[in-house]
Order: sequence, then structure tokens, then C-alpha cells
Amino acid sequence: MSTLSAALPHLPILQVVVPLISAPICFLLQRAGLAWAFSTLVSWLAFATSVMLLRAVMADGTIHYEIGGWAAPWGIEYVIDAANAIVLVIVSGIGAAVSSYAPRSVLAEIPASQRGLYYTAYLLCLAGLLGVTITGDAFNVFVFLEITSLSSYVLVAAGAGLDRRALTAAYNYLVMGTVGATFFVIGVGLLYMVTGTLNIADLHERVPPLLDNRTVHVAFAFIVVGLGLKLALFPLHTWLPNAYTYAPSTGTAFLAATSTKVSVYVLLRFLFGVFAPTSGLMALTMDYVLLPLAVIGMMAATVAAIYQYNLKRLLAYSSVAQLGYMVLGFAYGSVDGLTAAVLHLFNHALMKGALFLALGCVMLRVGDVTMHGVRGLGRQMPWTMAAFVAGGLSLIGVPLTVGFISKWYLVGAALEDGRWWIAALILASSLLAVIYVWKVVEAAYLREPPAGRTVREAPLSMLVPTWILVLANIWFGVDAELTVSVARTAAMGLLGVAP
Amino acid sequence: MRHHLVLRVVSKLLIPFIILYGLYVQFHGDFSPGGGFQAGVIVAAAIILYALIFGTERAKQVFKPQALMVLAPVGVMIFALVGYYAMAMGGAYLDYDWLAGDDTTGQHIGIITVEFGVGLTVTAVMTLIFLAYAGRTHEIDDDDW
Repeated sequence: MSTLSAALPHLPILQVVVPLISAPICFLLQRAGLAWAFSTLVSWLAFATSVMLLRAVMADGTIHYEIGGWAAPWGIEYVIDAANAIVLVIVSGIGAAVSSYAPRSVLAEIPASQRGLYYTAYLLCLAGLLGVTITGDAFNVFVFLEITSLSSYVLVAAGAGLDRRALTAAYNYLVMGTVGATFFVIGVGLLYMVTGTLNIADLHERVPPLLDNRTVHVAFAFIVVGLGLKLALFPLHTWLPNAYTYAPSTGTAFLAATSTKVSVYVLLRFLFGVFAPTSGLMALTMDYVLLPLAVIGMMAATVAAIYQYNLKRLLAYSSVAQLGYMVLGFAYGSVDGLTAAVLHLFNHALMKGALFLALGCVMLRVGDVTMHGVRGLGRQMPWTMAAFVAGGLSLIGVPLTVGFISKWYLVGAALEDGRWWIAALILASSLLAVIYVWKVVEAAYLREPPAGRTVREAPLSMLVPTWILVLANIWFGVDAELTVSVARTAAMGLLGVAP
Repeated sequence: MRHHLVLRVVSKLLIPFIILYGLYVQFHGDFSPGGGFQAGVIVAAAIILYALIFGTERAKQVFKPQALMVLAPVGVMIFALVGYYAMAMGGAYLDYDWLAGDDTTGQHIGIITVEFGVGLTVTAVMTLIFLAYAGRTHEIDDDDW
């Protein structure tokens, strides 16, 4: 108990360095079973840490931690407020669920020699994502973004054991991701050139008075486009469908539920926590670039999802559309819009996590996640398909699921600004989502299974984590008190509005 | 490579000095430009030069990939453990002031140890990347895709 209380003030750094040092240890463990047990333990520890941090932040306000004892703005500091505390919880929570789920799926999908390395890459990715989220230093964001990206290329490429196209998907992701990260660091470099500081809080004081400065304009453009690539903002999303389709099931579930969300968070942090949200160029970008792209993305990607035959690709396109909702939320620039964006960030991670884990079960038993593969599975794998349907309902936004809460706040924020046509488009996009979810339901429940196929239900070790995420979808859909209050505090903090 | 007498002699002459220079850069990391990353690259360059002249097989006999694969994560762990040690002594993560009685000595010890970890990892990883590429024996067949 005394060690625990001694560790408490160090929770912000432990959140990142525990997974970070676990990665080399996991590498040395070599054996897949050991590596899995170890990475799962670390994921749950990270989850516990993030929950404690969120509670501390909600009770006592922002936490600062100075690394190496060097005071900010000269040293690197970790800053945790409501906005990143909730992202930490969702990243580590999904990590804990996915790694608990992983052993059977990894055994089936990844060659024996690569399993230990796969868990190592997963831990690095987890450490990177947590680091990006927690840090209060703009350059540190870039460093962790690179750790995340490099390890996620490995996670995608690990699908090569099943389908060699994973390699081209990973390479494509690598090229696009590198362009994104380079643009981001160029932007940060330009900001440093103008202000002489890299601390985000310090930048927030120095950048807004300089908003007519040409260099700041260029920095803004580089950062928005760079992060747009990372978060797969339409039309910069082209790397995403292939990466999600060919990555191993566990990799897809983890990346889909966390990595783009963290990029959305970074964009939020830079738009509102560095640049001032109401100024000329910024307002123009919000209204005439981000908002239209978000709307087009949410419609176009939903339509694209309807025509997909491979279910992983279908969900990938649906992710692009859902990212559109998030960008839409913060493109309003209002407290309500930002609340909706943060809320949807959390909720969408729950939905996509549950859906991709359900597909992982299908992959294990049937080995085919196409419309053809799921035919008749409603009877053969009832629990798996029920989880998929529940996730799908949440994706559509049916009441009593988290999807409904997200849409409710998004539509509410749109109406508040008098943008009724956006509210109408959100509803239209939800109706289109019904079509692609229904196509899966129809194949799974109304079609006969292919003759001679006998499959059993997925093992409990995979069903339990899947259902935990499904139940989280319903829990936070019925009782949104907690998530909404955190999201609202986060939005107010980002906009600098007093509660 | 038997007939490339000049290459063999010159590289044999150079390699010790390259490594020595690497060590110099390594151990001056705490009070002059340089440090683990640069030193690691320099030492790895010496190993790569050896492998280029005398063949990757002979290089692998000295620098065994299995051993390098252990050294790479160990270097990272040295870095991280210094951070944990400072934390255990009562400071913030990586706060070198807590590593020794007075702050300046603590900073020296901290930087030297951390840079040693960095140097180890960079040497091992650079060499491994080279050996992995140089060790590829065949082109990818068309039907592998």
C-alpha cells in the first residue's frame, strides 16, 4: 500500500513508461504465451492508471507532471485535463479488452515466429498512443506519434500471414502516415520559429496575438493537413480501408478504436489549445474546409460502405464516415459541438471495438469475413452475431446505445447553431447506415449457411471481451451522465470557457 | 574478397579508429555535442564496413544477430531503468539530480548511463538492419505476391 501511495504522484509518467518499458521486456520473453500474458497485464495496469487519472482530474482539476524535474515551458511536461483523460481511458480500456481477447485470434492469424513480436509492437503502439495523448509538449507529440505510427505499420503488416496484400496496405499506410507526420512536424517547427516555445500551454499564450503572421498561417495549414492524414479525414482517408481490411483482427480492432481517435484529439488540442478558435483564418477553415469535408466524408463513406463485400472494409468505410461526425462536431466551434465530438470519440471507440472483435470471432471460426462468409451465422454463432448486431445498432444510433447519445448531441449542436441542413444530413447518413447493417443482418439471419459448413461458437476467451464492449455500448447509452459530464468539462476546458 | 588487398588493409587499419572515435563521441555526450545516437551510428558504421569488406557471414560470427537482438531491447531498458531509479530515489522520472549526492554529479551519471543505453540500442539496431537487408539471398518470386 505504501508503494502505491508513493507511486500516486507519478501516475502521469507511469501511464506511458510502464507500457514503454514493457515492450523490450516483451521482446525478450520471446514465447508467445508469455508475451501475451505480460502484455495483457500491462494493458490492464495502464487501464487502471488511466481510470485513476480521470477520477483525479474530475475531482481536482488539471494535473501537471514535469519530466526530469525540468520546469515547463523549458522542460517537457505532461498535462492531463478532462479532454485527454477520457482519451487515455478509452485507449487503455480498448487495449485491455483487445489484449485479453487476443491469444486465440493471434494463434490462428499470425505465424508462430512473429507472435511475440506482434505483442511487442502492440505494447509500443499502446505506449505511443498514451504518450501522444498525455503530453503537453508539441514536439513530444510528434515523437510519440512516430512511435505509434511505426508500430501500427507493423501491426498492419502482421496480417501478411493470411493475405499478402497486408504488405502493400502497410506500405501505403507508411507513405501516407509519414507524409502526415512530416507535415505535422513542419507545422510545429514553424510555430517554434515564430514563438520560440514548444510547450502547448505556452504556445496558446503566444500564438493567438500572431494570427495575422504568414508563418503562423503556414504552420496552421501544415498541422491541419498533417493531422487530417493521420485521422483519415475525407479525402485523405485512402490508406485506411486497406489497412483495416488486411491487418490481423486484433490489430484492426485496436487501431480502429484508438489510433484515429487519438489523432482527432491532437487536432482538437491544436485547433483550440494552440490557435484561437474565433479568428479570421481559423473560422474560415472551420466553415469552408473542415465542415464541408466532414459532411461530404460522412455521406460519401457511408454510401461506399453500402457497396462493400468484405465486412472489415465495410466497417473501415463506416469509420471514415464516423470520423466525419467527430470533425463536424468540432467544426461548429461551440461548446455543444465540441462536447458532441469528444462524446462521439469515446462512443465510436466502443462501437468499432465491439464490431471488429465480433468479426475477429468470425475470422477464427469461418476464416472469411465477407458477406458470403457470414451467411447463416446467426444460428451457427448466435453470440458473435448478436454482438455484431448490437454494435451495428449502436453505429446506426438506435436509442439505448451510445450511438444514439452521440447523434443526439451532434444534432442538438447543429440545431443550436441553426444549421438544420446539417442535422438533416446527419439523420440521412444514419438512415444509410441502416442499409449496410441490414445487409449483414440479412446475410447472417435470413440466408442459409453454405452447404456442409459446420462451425462452432467462438471460444469464451474471445466472446467475453467482445461482450464487455457491447455491454459498455449499452451501459453508456442508457446512463450517459458520466461521459457527457466529462465531455462537457473537456469542451469547456478546450475553449477556455469557465464552467 | 581475397584479391582486394588495398581495401582489406585500409579497412583493417581504419576500423579500430572508427570504433575508438565512436567511444569518444559516446563518453563525451554529457558535456559536448554527441552522445549515444551518434556514437551508435559510428560504431555500427565500423561493423558495416567490416561486413562489406569481409562478407556478412564473417561479420555475423563476431556480431551474432541473436546477441544483437538482446542488446537492442537491453539498451532501451537501461534508459528506462535510470528513469525508474530516479523515481525510486524520490525525484521525478529521469530527474538525474537524485542519482548522486550533489546535482552536478547526478546529472553526469544520469546522462552517461542513459547515453550508454542509447548507444547500445542504436549500434545493435543499425547493424541488425544492415545484416537483415544484406542477408536477403533471393528476390521475391512473382507468385509470392
